[in-house]
Amino acid sequence: MIPAPFDYYRPNDMAGVLALLSEHGDDARVMAGGHSLIPMMKLRMADVPHLIDLQDVEGLSGITVADGSVRIGAMTTQAEIIDHAGLTQVAPIMKEAALQIADPQVRYMGTVGGNVANGDPGNDMPGLMQCLDAHFTLVGKDGERTVAARAFYEAAYMTARTDEEVLTAVTFRATSGGYAYEKQKRKIGDYATAAAAVLITKEGGTCTAASIAMTNLSDVPVFSADAGAALVGSSVDDEAIKAAKEAMLGDIDPSEDNRGPVAFKRHVAGVILARAITRAWSRA
Amino acid sequence: MSKKMHITLTVNGKEEEFLAEPRELLIYTLRERLNITGPHIGCETSHCGACTVTLNGKSVKSCTMFVAQANGAEVTTIEGMGGPDALHPLQEAFKEHHGLQCGYCTPGMITRAAKLLEENPNPTEEDVRFGIAGNLCRCTGYQNIVKSILAAAATMNAAKEAAE
Ligand SMILES: Cc1cc2nc3c(=O)[nH]c(=O)nc-3n(C[C@H](O)[C@H](O)[C@H](O)COP(=O)(O)OP(=O)(O)OC[C@H]3O[C@@H](n4cnc5c(N)ncnc54)[C@H](O)[C@@H]3O)c2cc1C
Ligand code: FES
Ligand code: FES
Repeated sequence: MIPAPFDYYRPNDMAGVLALLSEHGDDARVMAGGHSLIPMMKLRMADVPHLIDLQDVEGLSGITVADGSVRIGAMTTQAEIIDHAGLTQVAPIMKEAALQIADPQVRYMGTVGGNVANGDPGNDMPGLMQCLDAHFTLVGKDGERTVAARAFYEAAYMTARTDEEVLTAVTFRATSGGYAYEKQKRKIGDYATAAAAVLITKEGGTCTAASIAMTNLSDVPVFSADAGAALVGSSVDDEAIKAAKEAMLGDIDPSEDNRGPVAFKRHVAGVILARAITRAWSRA
Repeated sequence: MSKKMHITLTVNGKEEEFLAEPRELLIYTLRERLNITGPHIGCETSHCGACTVTLNGKSVKSCTMFVAQANGAEVTTIEGMGGPDALHPLQEAFKEHHGLQCGYCTPGMITRAAKLLEENPNPTEEDVRFGIAGNLCRCTGYQNIVKSILAAAATMNAAKEAAE
C-alpha cells in the first residue's frame, strides 16, 4: 500500500504553514498525527500533492487550565490528554473518552485537532466537544476566528473550516457534576456503533442541567438539546431516562453499514445513552 | 516520483543517512532499506501492531508513518532490545512462558510491552491487556503473552531492587 507521491514540508511556524496553504490551495493538506490521513492516502482515497506536517510548528500543543477554562492545543495527543492530571481534575470526561479511542499506539500519535478537524462521523472527540459546548480556534490568512463546535460540522468531512485555515486549539469551560462517555464498539480500536457523552448537574436530588451528545449516529455529531431538557427537573428516574432516549432518537439519523442495520443502531443508541445517563447521575 | 529527501535516522543507536521519497513508509525503510526485519508487516492497515517500533519514546505502528515524518527521530526495534547472547528480560520471559507460537506478532508485542513496563512497572493483568490492545496475535489467545509480560515485570523489578 503505497500512497501517491507528494512533496513534504515541515515548517516551524504558523506563517510558514499559511504561506504553503495559500500557495498550493486545494492541493495542500496539513497533517497532525496522520492516523486518519495516512490510511486514506495509502488507500489512495486521499490525494495530497503537498503535505504539510505540523509536528514542528510552535505553540500548537499543550494543555492549559486557568480560571475555570481549558485550552487544548490542536497537536496535543490522546495519550497526553489521558496523562494530564490537571485536565482530569476539571474535565474528567476527556480522559474517559480518550481511553476509548483506538489503541495505545494510535493514541500516542492521534491529536485532538486532527480528531475534531477530520469531520469523520466516527471520530469520538467531535461528539464530546458538542457535549462540552467547546469552541474551536481557527487561523487563516485573515487572522483568527472562533467557531462553536455545535456550529462546526456541516456534513461528513465538511466543516466550517476553510481549506486555507488551520485549527489551533479547542477551548471549553471546566465541567462540574456527573459525567460519562459510553461507547459500544465491536472490538478495541473500532469506531463506535454508538457513543454517548453526558454531563449532568444535580442539586438536592434534582437534575438542574444536562448536556447530551451522540457519536456515529448521523453524518455529523449530534447534540440533542431535547434529550438534555428531558432530564432537567426530574430525579433522573426510569421515566426521565426513557424520555431522554425518545428525544435523542428523534435527533439521530443513522445509516446502515457493516456495524449493522438502522434498527439495530437505534436500539444500541438507546442502550448506550441510558447507561451513560445512569453512570453520570451516579457521579453527580 | 516526488523529490527525494535527505533523511537521518538513529536506529538502535546507529545513525543512518540516505535519500528517500517522503512517501516511503517507515516499516519499508527498516525492513528493505536497512535490513532490520524484526518489525513485521501484518495488516499494513494500522490494525495489527506487528510493525510496532519505539519512536522518540512512543510505541508507533511503523506502517502508519512516512519516513519524512520520522526524519531526525530515534527508533528502537526488537533488534535493539537484546539478541541471542543477551536476551532482554521480556524476550527471556516470552521464551520461558510460551508467549509465542508462530512468532509473527512477537517483535511488535515485545517492543510494545517494553514501553508499557517503562510507563507502568507494576501493571495488573488488566493493565497489560489494555496496554497491548493494539497488538493482535492469531496464535496464543494472549494468555501466555500476558503471563510473560507480568513475569518480565517481576524480574525487572527484582533486578532494579537488587541494584539499589
Ligand atoms: C486503528 C485505528 C483506530 C482508530 N480508532 C478511533 C476511534 O475509536 N475513535 C476516534 O475518534 N478515532 C479513531 N482513530 C482515528 C485517530 O484517532 C486519528 O488519529 C484521528 O482521527 C486524527 O488525528 P490525527 O492527529 O491523526 O490527524 P491526521 O490524520 O493528521 O489528520 C486528519 C484530518 O484532519 C486534518 N487536520 C489535522 N490537524 C489539523 C489542524 N490542526 N487544522 C486543520 N486540519 C487538521 C488533516 O488535514 C486531515 O484531513 C483510529 C485510527 C486508527 C488507525
Ligand atoms: S502492519 Fe502496521 S499495524 Fe499491521
Ligand atoms: S504467535 Fe503467532 S501471531 Fe502471535
